[in-house]
Amino acid sequence: MAHGGNHAASQAHGHDGHHDQEALRMMGFWIFLITDCILFGTLFATYVVLHGSTAGGPTASELFEMPGVIAETFILLTSSFTSGLAVLAMNKGSKRGLIGWLAVTAILGASFIGLEVSEFVKMVHEGATISTSAFLSGFFTLVGTHGVHVSVGLVWMVAIMLQLSRHGINSVTKRKVNVISLYWHFLDVVWIFVFTIVYMMGVK
Amino acid sequence: MKINSLSDFFVTGDPLIYGADVAIGLTMVAVVLVLTLFKRWGWLWREWLTTVDHKRIGIMYVIASLLMLFRGGMDALLMRTQLAMPDMEFLKPDHYNSIFTTHGVIMILFMAMPLMFGLFNLVVPLQIGARDVAFPFLNSLSFWLFFMGAMLFNLSFVIGGSPDAGWLSYPPLSERMFSPGVGQDFYIWGIQISGIGSLMTGINFIVTILKMRAPGMKLMKMPMFSWSVLSSCLTIILAFPILTVTLALLFIDRYFGAHFFTLDGGGNPMMYINLIWMWGHPEVYIVILPAFGIFSEVVATFSRKKLFGYKSMVFALMSISLFSFFTWAHHFFTMGSGADVNAFFALTTMLIAIPTGVKVFNWLFTMFRGKITFESPMLWTMGFIPCFVVGGMTGVLLSVAPADFQFHNSYFLIAHFHQVLIGGVAFGYFSGLYYWWPKVFGFKLNEKIGKYAFWFWNIGFYVCFMPQYVLGLMGMTRRVSTYGWDSGWWEWNFVSTIGGFLMGIGFLFQVWQILHSIKFMERVSGDPWNGRTLEWSIPSPAPAYNFATIPQVQERDDWWATKERKAQGVPEQPRAPLEPIHMPKNSGIPIIMSAFWFMAGFGLVFDWLWIAIPGLIGVAGSMLAHSFNYNTDYYIPVDEIESTEAAAGRVV
Amino acid sequence: MAEQHPQSHGRDAHGGHDEHESHGSLKSYVIGFVLSLVLTAIPLIVVLNDMVTGTAANVVLLGTAVLQFVVQLFFFMHLKEEKKPRFNLLALILGLVIVMTIVAGSIWIMTYNSVG
Repeated sequence: MAHGGNHAASQAHGHDGHHDQEALRMMGFWIFLITDCILFGTLFATYVVLHGSTAGGPTASELFEMPGVIAETFILLTSSFTSGLAVLAMNKGSKRGLIGWLAVTAILGASFIGLEVSEFVKMVHEGATISTSAFLSGFFTLVGTHGVHVSVGLVWMVAIMLQLSRHGINSVTKRKVNVISLYWHFLDVVWIFVFTIVYMMGVK
Repeated sequence: MKINSLSDFFVTGDPLIYGADVAIGLTMVAVVLVLTLFKRWGWLWREWLTTVDHKRIGIMYVIASLLMLFRGGMDALLMRTQLAMPDMEFLKPDHYNSIFTTHGVIMILFMAMPLMFGLFNLVVPLQIGARDVAFPFLNSLSFWLFFMGAMLFNLSFVIGGSPDAGWLSYPPLSERMFSPGVGQDFYIWGIQISGIGSLMTGINFIVTILKMRAPGMKLMKMPMFSWSVLSSCLTIILAFPILTVTLALLFIDRYFGAHFFTLDGGGNPMMYINLIWMWGHPEVYIVILPAFGIFSEVVATFSRKKLFGYKSMVFALMSISLFSFFTWAHHFFTMGSGADVNAFFALTTMLIAIPTGVKVFNWLFTMFRGKITFESPMLWTMGFIPCFVVGGMTGVLLSVAPADFQFHNSYFLIAHFHQVLIGGVAFGYFSGLYYWWPKVFGFKLNEKIGKYAFWFWNIGFYVCFMPQYVLGLMGMTRRVSTYGWDSGWWEWNFVSTIGGFLMGIGFLFQVWQILHSIKFMERVSGDPWNGRTLEWSIPSPAPAYNFATIPQVQERDDWWATKERKAQGVPEQPRAPLEPIHMPKNSGIPIIMSAFWFMAGFGLVFDWLWIAIPGLIGVAGSMLAHSFNYNTDYYIPVDEIESTEAAAGRVV
Repeated sequence: MAEQHPQSHGRDAHGGHDEHESHGSLKSYVIGFVLSLVLTAIPLIVVLNDMVTGTAANVVLLGTAVLQFVVQLFFFMHLKEEKKPRFNLLALILGLVIVMTIVAGSIWIMTYNSVG
């Protein structure tokens, strides 16, 4: 029988079920990211359709201040790179390197959020709030949703660092690090489109 | 909304609602009493509320959805009663508005969806030779999120007031300016919370089906129901995020005063209609695709033939799940998007009818020259085919954009979508329930009472909805609670109401059928229908671990082929020796986390942050508690497997 | 989950084991990082200094964004290392088709329905 050998192999393989479970979880998370893509896609669609409806309020080019946004962009780009370095350290088996690079990533992420919050606060003080116009509703919701994603990622990253210090590098923590770094790269990709479509096309 | 007194909080003023209050109160007291008297609280918690077993989660889905069917059905009968006596004010217009709203939401989101998820859970792992779904913890969480979302939505009936802006809640009516009450917020949070659960179920079953099939079961050897689940789940993961965003934007409008869909501040209500149908249209395919899978299984089993056109069926299912994303604008041809847009979406709508037609021919050719027997599952399938064909045809009529300007929002449309949703989805899920019931519970449902139920439903359906096509052509629009005698609509409405009650009687027969079959239970073997697929190769009900040894699949209808080989005297392959089975531990976190979601949702509905914030903190805390828990699984030892299998009369 | 061997075509029994270990090298991460810095700098220099305007600017902006997305996919997310069958790639393509449908479809449908 053609499949007999394969079958025997999978039976022998049985006790190592944990590892397969982690592969399933990676796939599940990837699919979750696809759903998140669609979530952001819908927010982008709404923003693009409504971005001209300023209802007498400030327009994109009047409101956005690029230096802060450019800083945010390079910070997030760098953090995507450092989260990759964390994965590299993990694959080399270096727990200290792994936690260290995750910490660098988290600090960069936190400064990104800090800059974004101060940008929002400044806008609100200038009278540009979520209820000023459809354009600003779309802007705050799209950019804010990305910010909430980054913040959730930060809490999650700290939780993973704690688990790493407790359990070390094993198949479960390894998968968790792979997942968070995938998530982080994904948020970087979303930001590239926020940067391009909201900010760059807004001020050009 | 500001709550100034208890009468703002509790819904008052209508005797129907007081009656419901009393009934709900008495039922809850009775449940608590029974559980306490028989000391069943611990059992309920350990065996059911915290279970991660897909079979038990499936049963809970089915029970919850049948309760919701009752509530949605009551809504329907109340509406039909009002329309049979238009002058009597049996329902006041504003009460009628809430009832057609909750009827729609409940039937689609809290009846059809969970019944579908119930069938996914009960069948898919067994059918593909797996021991559970890919993520059992997540599966339990999905169920409890659905349950809490449904409860939150239904709570609006007695507390705060029901939503009343239609099942899709179009702005500007659903905005705070025109719906200042909390009903609309109950709508948003009830759907939002259960929607997260639906999304996770979609991910769960995609990974389960793609990665956990028994060795040898290539994708093209997979049973058709599992294919239909895959196609439905793909549509879920691609469509539900759109719903999440759309409702979130509506909430942001209502709560933070944003201007996405408002009439002022540059908002555009039409954007909501565009977005909600990007989810709404795929949603109807999400619920119908698994029904197609069920019919394929049932037709093959009861015709004793393999399914005709397996590959074309797979192609039809998968192409529908993709194409369902390109037709949404046909729900608002009259919105004024221009001739180009309307022409494009009319064309895609007509095209999607083609793969659907292919399937009907496949089922007919499967039956051709088969040795057909007409047990309940097959009966519902036979009821489905003519009903769905007519419903599909009227759908194609509606897809003709210029003609739609006449049909739009008339009873013609109402009759059309009820014909595909009842004749297709409901009949399909009933067929599936009857078919897999013995696998789940170990006994069949009484055939004779089942036949009464079938005929009442089937005849009731036509009596109810055929007159509505006529009413639509006569100009009766949906969502009206009264009409003048000079319109000439009364006779048709009266007949339609009779049909509605006939279906209600059909439902009562089903309840009686279940109770009767439990009382006079006759145990059946693992394979009571002479089935074709793997789920029939194990005992009924299936043991906790499903398969003592994972089957080695060789053919498309593998269990049928195994039985044929046995009949021909081909010696069986030696079974692999038993090994300890790796199982997930039960967890209380899903129900607790979902209860926190309920709290958060309830707090946000009333803008009571002192409830909402602790609720959200609880959600985050439960997630972290789960993340830090590394003790999540255990092994079933070999001797326990042996004794379980022996008790089911099987040698291993 | 029950102890279950995930089935997939043409995959040897232990193929999954090496998946995580083989993820990327320092070199590929550095190349990816440098490329993404360059692809961010280009639109900044070109568009903010008005070297191109109008439609051309949009093309440059969206083009570099898409390229950067591709860079992240291959150098950071290791998409090309996926074993067959490439379900992740298929899911991604499907997701992108739907995202494009949502964005382009909304723009098209709302063209004549704008309040302004």
